[in-house]
Amino acid sequence: MKSLYENEMKLEFLSKSNNEAFARISVAAFASQLDPTIEELADIKTAVSEAVTNSIIHGYESEEGLITIICKIFANTILIEISDNGKGIENVEIAKEPLYTSKPDLERSGMGFTIMESFMDDLEVESILGLGTKITMKKVIQKKEINSDKQSEGKIFSTFRM
Amino acid sequence: MNTKYEDEDKLLIFEITEEIDHHTTEKIRRKMDNEIKRHMPKKIIFDFNQVTFMDSAGIGMLIGRYKTIKMLGGVAELTNVKPSIKKIFEMCGLVKIIPIVNKCA
Repeated sequence: MKSLYENEMKLEFLSKSNNEAFARISVAAFASQLDPTIEELADIKTAVSEAVTNSIIHGYESEEGLITIICKIFANTILIEISDNGKGIENVEIAKEPLYTSKPDLERSGMGFTIMESFMDDLEVESILGLGTKITMKKVIQKKEINSDKQSEGKIFSTFRM
Repeated sequence: MNTKYEDEDKLLIFEITEEIDHHTTEKIRRKMDNEIKRHMPKKIIFDFNQVTFMDSAGIGMLIGRYKTIKMLGGVAELTNVKPSIKKIFEMCGLVKIIPIVNKCA
């Protein structure tokens, strides 16, 4: 089967909190083929960590379930889908509001969705009560200008000659 | 995490050495609370020199410890914060209650 994308990967793991680091490091490793900056990579890691933590704490609560991550690369964009078969979000709009948390007793900051939204270029949340939640995030990796220094040097030089 | 306590200033320094996420905060939180209870400090410094990753779980944990030190009539500061983590602190407005101070204690 030929993929529509240039590259794809799929990860599946149990909703254990020690898999949070595994998930973000794996996605970052896959994303590194787009040659992201350290800052872009940090943004991706943080957003993945937020989504996976949400699935563990809110989706599955104390139960254990599977979390699936699918990453797709096309041109200079990485698409990251993180889904669970947990209890779902009752009201996505409220959940996305900064500082909102359904579990204030757990010292949660309520900033998870706000961080995902501002660190990524696109965020979509699909959730069905009792069935689960799917987060789709997109990040465009900026093209690095190669030899830009040499080009500007050349320009200065030609200006001098005039 | 390493802990230092300076008795004359009643200063408690937490040198966090691990990545901060929901998984690691549980352990860090327990250790910090034990140290705070033991020393009853007037000032806490969170040293982020060795922290390479933090997500919003860190914000919740820091606000929790800030509330404790405030109840003891003390203050909290952050130091040696890397740019990628500073971005999260600023986005969440945490720097307004726990300032980032540029010095190695």
